[in-house]
Amino acid sequence: MEWLERNVPKLVLAPSFAAIMIFVYGFIAWTAWISFTRSRLMPRYELDGVTQYQRLFDAPRWDVAMNNLFLFGGLFIVISMVIGLMLAIFLDQKIRAEGVLRTIYLYPMALSLIVTGTAWKWILNPGLGIQEAVRGWGFETFTFDWLIRPEMAIYTVVLAAVWQASGFVMALFLAGLRSVDTEIIRAAQVDGIPTHRIYSAIIIPTMAPIFLSAFIVLAHLAIKAFDLVIALTGGGPGYATDLPATYMYAMAFSRGDLGQAASSAMIMMMVIFAIVVPYLYSELRPRRDQ
Amino acid sequence: MNMKSVLAASTAVMLAGPALAEPTAEVLHWWTSGGEAKSVAVLQEQFAAEGGTWTDMPVAGGGGDAAMTALRARVLSGNAPTAVQLKGPAIQEWYEEVGLADIGPVAEENGWDDVLPAQIAEHMKCEGQWCAAPVNVHRVNWIWGNKQILDEHGIEMPTTWDEFNAAAEKLQAAGVTPLAHGGQNWQDATIFETVVLGLGGPEFYQQALVDLDTEALTSDTMKSVFDEMRTIRGYVDDNFSGRDWNLATAMVMNGEAAFQIMGDWAKGEFLAAGKEPGVDFVCAPTPGEGFLYNVDSFAFFELDGEDKQQGQALLANLIMGPDFQQTFNLNKGSIPARTDVALDGFDDCATQSNADMTADAEAGSLLPSYAHGMALRGAPAGAITDVVTAHFNSDMSSDDAVAQLADAVANSM
Repeated sequence: MEWLERNVPKLVLAPSFAAIMIFVYGFIAWTAWISFTRSRLMPRYELDGVTQYQRLFDAPRWDVAMNNLFLFGGLFIVISMVIGLMLAIFLDQKIRAEGVLRTIYLYPMALSLIVTGTAWKWILNPGLGIQEAVRGWGFETFTFDWLIRPEMAIYTVVLAAVWQASGFVMALFLAGLRSVDTEIIRAAQVDGIPTHRIYSAIIIPTMAPIFLSAFIVLAHLAIKAFDLVIALTGGGPGYATDLPATYMYAMAFSRGDLGQAASSAMIMMMVIFAIVVPYLYSELRPRRDQ
Repeated sequence: MNMKSVLAASTAVMLAGPALAEPTAEVLHWWTSGGEAKSVAVLQEQFAAEGGTWTDMPVAGGGGDAAMTALRARVLSGNAPTAVQLKGPAIQEWYEEVGLADIGPVAEENGWDDVLPAQIAEHMKCEGQWCAAPVNVHRVNWIWGNKQILDEHGIEMPTTWDEFNAAAEKLQAAGVTPLAHGGQNWQDATIFETVVLGLGGPEFYQQALVDLDTEALTSDTMKSVFDEMRTIRGYVDDNFSGRDWNLATAMVMNGEAAFQIMGDWAKGEFLAAGKEPGVDFVCAPTPGEGFLYNVDSFAFFELDGEDKQQGQALLANLIMGPDFQQTFNLNKGSIPARTDVALDGFDDCATQSNADMTADAEAGSLLPSYAHGMALRGAPAGAITDVVTAHFNSDMSSDDAVAQLADAVANSM
């Protein structure tokens, strides 16, 4: 009985632990192995050195995909956080109908990325969307054709992703703003400190953990971004809006080039590690003040 | 009479088997849309009429990508389906990976070698033995025109790319979009291969896109092909990004654009909308000589079990039966792979396609389409498409494109 009491937690956790070991870490190890073989249509297990990685780094399309990831990821995270923070601060001014507004801003998050992508594809299509509408109002020379310009198309992905995610970031920040001790704010107000100084010197610094959470959530959204690109641009024009995830999909499922797909998946995982490991380190290390 | 010969032949096959097991077949395919589903149903009925048990396994999506993923999972778990819709060099690739069944007895008994063009028969063989059965032949290098627009501006269907450019400029000056096109990789690749065939000729096409000869890939001819692609980019409207091919066909149908370069599945769209060839729309081979084919076929995996092997033999027999070839292709808009099928009921475009196929087969200019996975395996074909689509959608110079093409092909090996 005593033994059971001591071991129940372990027994309960064991199945899920085993499942994670196999289906997450086991498959990561399998993918890593495949990335060192010359697998094409079907997996092969004879090792063949780093050929796949050489091919990967020689492919101009992979360069485009990686550049897009950093460009898209960087802009998406920064713009979403800035807009989210601004919206949160404005909503925090004890305004009327806050509940309604909050829901409106949060609503895009409820849509699937496929829907967002398809809707923006129509909005941004020069012959159907904004450009055509503005020209219809009499501005004949108005041009907004980012969607079909290879050097600008990646920004349309940023635009749609920011539209989708900034409401969610706003909700995170709003919760953070509400959790700041009102006593401190009142005290500052009594001392006659201007509102913008209260925000920049007191409220935002105390929200540092929220920034970190928002960053991690947005970063992994950016790296996983796949459906949005597929729906919005299909990776095009050409492969100008390819991301590592769409590259991997094309190699694994359309081209029968499993080795290449596996090596790109490994690089994607390393990018995620580069972001997550410092975060885990900072979260898990023992705090001196506790 | 056709049905009778099928019956007789398949009975012979069944009797030839040592045991009297009931033929069964599990068929993996991605023909799920209207006309295609109807065509498969015909095969299914014929199979059942012969006493077979058919298990349908349609996997829709991604132009066959989803079906191929399903196939990979089935093969990896040691449970391959009886018959799979496979085409082009993928047949040989699967043969090398896991092995395909030998359907030689059926093929030889029915004299497939005599009724199929040699080039197409070659795709159905793995190391000399028959391992797949062809269903149809789509011609890829078609150019479709809106008759009314062309008549209005006094334009004939172009027979050279210079004529095409002249016609397009005339149309553009008159405010008509010359070419309906959708900005998807495979559509860019489709135009590219017709230009390679048109400007370089069949021999050059063979060297560049089938043999992947570096000299051909970096030649001045290839540069002129990319020059022409840049010119063609100017004839496309601004909203082409991501447009599906059938929407582009609709533009020609509705008089929003004059031409479309697309395989003969586009004809199905015209016919479905009640348009008549020669009256509402015109079909012609793209400028230049030669015939680019896209052949759908079924391959048969190596399996144990008398019932399954009999199912494969029966299926192979039915697929190549003149009766099925006719019904199926009337539904799908393609032409029969067999050259001896009566073309009653087929339209003028199909009849021309059939006549050209026979003529080009003799002249040696019957060639596999690279854009539709008939000429090359997945990796090199995809590498070429990457360069073609990157060039088409940017301001890359033809010199850079040719250099990238050679690099990409080398890198894909």
